[in-house]
Amino acid sequence: MPVPYRVLRAGEETPGTVTLELVPEHVALNPFRPGQFAMVYAFGAGDAPFSVSGMDGDRLTLTVRSAGAVSAALARARAGGTLGVRGPFGTGWDEPAGRDVLVVAGGIGLAPLRPLVRRTVAARERYGEVSVLIGARRPGELLYNGEILGWREAGARVLVTVDRPEPGWADDVGVVTNLLDRAVFDPAVTDAFVCGPEVMIRVVARELAGRGVPAERIRVSLERTMHCGTGHCGHCQLGPLLLCQAGPVVSWARARHPMSVREL
Amino acid sequence: MADVPRSAVIGRDGLDSLIRALSARGRTVVGPTVRDGAVVLAELSGGDDLPYGWGVELEAGRYRLVERADGAAFAHSAGPQSWKTFLHPQRERQWTADRDSDGAMTFSQEATPAPSYAFLGVRPCDLRAIAIQDRVLTGGPHEDSNYRSRRERALLVAVECTEPGATCFCVSMGTGPAAGPGYDLALTEVVDGAGHRFLVRAGTAEGASLLDEIPHRTADPGTRAAAESAVTAAADHMGRTMPPVDLQALMRGTLSAERWDDVASRCLTCGNCTMVCPTCFCTTAEDITDLTGDHSERWRRWESCFDLEFTHLPGGPVRATPHSRYRQWATHKLGTWYDQFGSSGCVGCGRCIVWCPVGIDITEEAHALARERDAHAPAEER
Ligand SMILES: Cc1cc2nc3c(=O)[nH]c(=O)nc-3n(C[C@H](O)[C@H](O)[C@H](O)COP(=O)(O)OP(=O)(O)OC[C@H]3O[C@@H](n4cnc5c(N)ncnc54)[C@H](O)[C@@H]3O)c2cc1C
Ligand code: SF4
Ligand code: FES
Repeated sequence: MPVPYRVLRAGEETPGTVTLELVPEHVALNPFRPGQFAMVYAFGAGDAPFSVSGMDGDRLTLTVRSAGAVSAALARARAGGTLGVRGPFGTGWDEPAGRDVLVVAGGIGLAPLRPLVRRTVAARERYGEVSVLIGARRPGELLYNGEILGWREAGARVLVTVDRPEPGWADDVGVVTNLLDRAVFDPAVTDAFVCGPEVMIRVVARELAGRGVPAERIRVSLERTMHCGTGHCGHCQLGPLLLCQAGPVVSWARARHPMSVREL
Repeated sequence: MADVPRSAVIGRDGLDSLIRALSARGRTVVGPTVRDGAVVLAELSGGDDLPYGWGVELEAGRYRLVERADGAAFAHSAGPQSWKTFLHPQRERQWTADRDSDGAMTFSQEATPAPSYAFLGVRPCDLRAIAIQDRVLTGGPHEDSNYRSRRERALLVAVECTEPGATCFCVSMGTGPAAGPGYDLALTEVVDGAGHRFLVRAGTAEGASLLDEIPHRTADPGTRAAAESAVTAAADHMGRTMPPVDLQALMRGTLSAERWDDVASRCLTCGNCTMVCPTCFCTTAEDITDLTGDHSERWRRWESCFDLEFTHLPGGPVRATPHSRYRQWATHKLGTWYDQFGSSGCVGCGRCIVWCPVGIDITEEAHALARERDAHAPAEER
């Protein structure tokens, strides 16, 4: 059963995408770890899985892109409204254990990676190189614009690329894999974290593995239909992986084979 | 408990007394009975409701009741339903949400006491199927508490198989025809020159106390031997077999086989196989809001991986083709179930074969996949 959370703030991130800050009405759920997801319910519309894009004490942040009935209802939520939240569900991003950290995000895929980036830059001194590669369709669809400068100032190398530039765009143009050449990392001692459209995940993970990042240290966050989050509805299967339990964050060592089979 | 019998022999009257004793203990007794041309599972009020004298003829895509001269009660194999109908019902309300005038939401869950079932006539394959659903619904980090309360209150009277159907392959799956663990009582039916009787064994204290309560006599060596040989003989005339290979490895290694195209050209993606399967557990969530607009209910209902919507994502379904959907079902049952839940998801009951409108046979598909793999494998790997 969901737990009611009140919307403290609802801010438009980009057209069609909002970032919601939630506080528990009464009791909070157990703490979420970066990479874990919540099932978020909008009254009457139903619920859908959303990775938390931030957590601070009892507060949860979600970034929702309007893509269908449930997400559209959530994107319409206003400060003061109530949503139902279940969770925390699934695996999270492991704490980087190597020297270098490489984060690769495509589109809304930056949302689940945001808490990891924030945690990493907050402990910047622990790591060697920290690179954050971000791809978006258009400049107007870049998430967390106001925060990226702060990540840079904290010592992360943040590179941004778009598919379709607009006048005045000074950063890169093209797919996010193009940025890999400019990221600085020593493959043997790198932890990589990847989220975005499935084709992008596949291309990036293969490329990183090809460059010598160990498959166990490439983590990807995957998306499938989810109706329960608790391992009971059967919808989220990707071959051997029941993604709400074994995922959504999976190592490339485990994801590589199922992701190479069409329509699995 | 020392003087409570652990095994005994009962007659038809004993079976009737058992049903009445279970009812007297407040249990809803469910078991096989003949209705609308099939042996269905329904509430039993006495021994006369049992399908005495009925057998079944099974084939791929075919089910027919036949009369038997010997009057046996349990000489039919698995019917169209399984116990999941009761333990994991087709539709269930999970919680309700109410919204007040300020838009604040409250959630509630009704605490209806679970019925206290007694299942009479649980086949060995179905006994394993119940254990498999237990693992899925209560064995992980999150549990389905409604399932758990129904399951914990259910008493299981197994019946060993002496007349396997033409579509049965429990021996291949290691689930029958003898009853494995998990029963409160296990019956083995014997009909021979010495009469019509049932060897009864108790698996739990409650089973033993029931046995003590009903008319019974000491298990004689003749009945024991007859029961044992009937079950042993049943193992020797299974209607179907799986290829004698590691099925998990076979499924993992044949994801790109041509055979999937062949079966997809026959499969109607109707999902019957998933509905009759005693282990298929998939469900979908539905939200229903009443006319006031301020009261909404969350229901969950069975869903089939053969439905196109099953893998709906904003970008379209993941498994768009019948090829991928049949493959999902078969490889989950026989292969990836091990990865997810530590066992096979198939118990060899044969229901999916019988109730497939076009007679698709999972054992035949597995044999074909094994042949295709072997034909393509380099000689040294065979
Ligand atoms: C682990 C995980 C994390 C995610 N994190 C985020 C995130 O941080 N931000 C974000 O924006 N998105 C995220 N998503 C994606 C998000 O869950 C989807 O955007 C959401 O499912 C969009 O669909 P919807 O519910 O709005 O609409 P729909 O696409 O309409 O889907 C609604 C639900 O109803 C079902 N449904 C819809 N239409 C049909 C139909 N025709 N037939 C049958 N069933 C149907 C679907 O199965 C779905 O569950 C995440 C997904 C996963 C799996
Ligand atoms: S295998 Fe048979 S029962 Fe199953 S979906 Fe296909 S046609 Fe229907
Ligand atoms: S979301 Fe229901 S089983 Fe994973």
